[in-house]
Amino acid sequence: MTGFKLLLRRILPQLITLALVVGLISIMFPGFFEISLANGRLYGSPVDIFNRGAPVALLAIGMTLVIATGGIDLSVGAVMAICGAVAAWGITEGYGLLPTLLMALAAGLACGLWNGLLVAFLGIQPIVATLILMVAGRGIAQLITEGAILTFNHEGMIFFGSGSLLTVPTPIIIAILTGALVTLIVRRSALGMLIEAIGINFRASTLAGVNTRVLLVAVYMTSGLCAALAGIIAAADIRGADANNAGLWLELDAILAVVIGGTSLLGGRFSLIASLIGALIIQAVNTGILLSGFPPEFNLIIKAVIILIILVLQSPRVRTVLAFLSTARADAAGQEKKVVEP
Amino acid sequence: MISKKALVGAGVLASMLMMSSSVMAQTVGFSQIGSESGWRAAETTLTLQQAKERGIDLKFADAQQKQENQIKALRSFIAQGVDAILIAPVVATGWDSVLEEAKEAEIPVILLDRMVDSSKDLYLTAVGSDLVHEGSVAGQWLVDTLAGKDCNVVELQGTTGSSPAIDRKNGFEQAIKGHDNIKLIRSQTGDFTRTKGKEVMESFLKAEGGGKNICALYAHNDDMAVGAIQAIKEAGLKPGSDILVVSIDAVPDIFQAMAAGEANATVELTPNMAGPAFDALAAYMKDGTMPPKFIQTESKLYTQADDPQAVYEQKKDLGY
Repeated sequence: MTGFKLLLRRILPQLITLALVVGLISIMFPGFFEISLANGRLYGSPVDIFNRGAPVALLAIGMTLVIATGGIDLSVGAVMAICGAVAAWGITEGYGLLPTLLMALAAGLACGLWNGLLVAFLGIQPIVATLILMVAGRGIAQLITEGAILTFNHEGMIFFGSGSLLTVPTPIIIAILTGALVTLIVRRSALGMLIEAIGINFRASTLAGVNTRVLLVAVYMTSGLCAALAGIIAAADIRGADANNAGLWLELDAILAVVIGGTSLLGGRFSLIASLIGALIIQAVNTGILLSGFPPEFNLIIKAVIILIILVLQSPRVRTVLAFLSTARADAAGQEKKVVEP
Repeated sequence: MISKKALVGAGVLASMLMMSSSVMAQTVGFSQIGSESGWRAAETTLTLQQAKERGIDLKFADAQQKQENQIKALRSFIAQGVDAILIAPVVATGWDSVLEEAKEAEIPVILLDRMVDSSKDLYLTAVGSDLVHEGSVAGQWLVDTLAGKDCNVVELQGTTGSSPAIDRKNGFEQAIKGHDNIKLIRSQTGDFTRTKGKEVMESFLKAEGGGKNICALYAHNDDMAVGAIQAIKEAGLKPGSDILVVSIDAVPDIFQAMAAGEANATVELTPNMAGPAFDALAAYMKDGTMPPKFIQTESKLYTQADDPQAVYEQKKDLGY
């Protein structure tokens, strides 16, 4: 019970923000909460937020762990493009669904391994190490697709983008399952704490006997795996691998989701569920802008202003002031009561 | 005399090959931007093909999106003494000095697909498409198809602020102006990509009563239309009949959609810029005919009536 309360307290700011953003959209667009079934699949704007937010949510899971170690993974967008390209290539070459999926996931793991080795064993700063793959990755993806959008029409593969299980769109299920599984692994074992330890003090953790290098590589590989899942979803969604545009700039959205989720970019304590809510907040803002009908010139400005407000409200200074104000008011109320009582 | 006859029968491949090998064996340098899109790849393929058909020895240089590479390529073409230079300039500015060098060497330069901000006497001609015209061809198709019926149109714009997005929007709006039955009810950017086209279309459908208020979609490129078609299908509607789909570019995939009855029309941005360029060049070489400073390529409209499956087969190997 106390554990649940602690968790609630941790993610309360994110939940309130999400509620505010969704509230704002539903004021501007009254039909927002209408959900129906179309082709045996849940259909409606709230579903869109979850469904469209799934790739960023997946990236945010891996990104949270990487950021918790004090690193950053800029390559996830490009890794999405690579894995999407591998998936589309495998399916068009007729390798069958399972081998293709395994190949795409293996490509993600390999990308993560590359990043991890550069960071953990060569000691290259994470932002530089992952920048390499961010730049080169799209080239690799283009080599796989031979510069064109590689389309496929395999029902099994399309299922991962626009299919559904028990009326819930598949991307949502994949994101939730991945989030739950990773949370279970890092929180039911000491791994989460060790990851935080690396982020707080790499040397001290090494000296304390943590196998920091292997753990770092594993964390980057997790990030690669999450990006692979996101890449498969993105490719399946449009039934084709678009090496130029798949996952473009999503690494920044993923980092933003982690930041909104309250995990420090300096590393240390992290919360996966808060990052997932962060991803939902970003997508809610995106969907809200699309529904609002503003001219597209305003899209980025509106998004920037909303994000700015969210981050200002979450900043330590403002939170201290807010906390101070609320305690002051509570004190004042308490004193008034005392005066009245006798 | 022989050469004149051959010119008259220019459509016949054999005679052209004979003519070119015997009469006007030429060397032409071609500086391509790179291969950033499928369209660009198709342009390269077609330029090579056109040169081969005419027996022109084409020297190809890929600039990998860098102006310095293009300038280097142009200087090397000049040094080799080619007969003419084709260039698809990556940016508009900074060409003056190298174009002057070509002029001094008396090598005509033809711009493909994009323009430069240099004085007009520094190049022979420019071959390109009129983006505003493309938009108005699409708009005109909608006006003709509806024949006065009321219609709410949603628009998927290209990347905000890019010239194709601005011009294709203007052209479409010009075409539907004065037709009060057509209303543009929503317009949002889909960044020229399938993913964004699908996502934005999903929101259009929700915002407009599950798509019941939408009668037509106008997309600034085919890729966004392909994404939007999937969104329409997933919403339980029929693209092509419940919602008309018209877009621009004519990439192979839209012809597949048209063959399946899911898209209605597309306006071609032809990747064959080299054909008109070589024609102008041949006329100039023969008797010094100066071509106009801008040769506008045809913005051809394709509909479901144009045997989309056959066009798809034709286009799919061009490297799109």
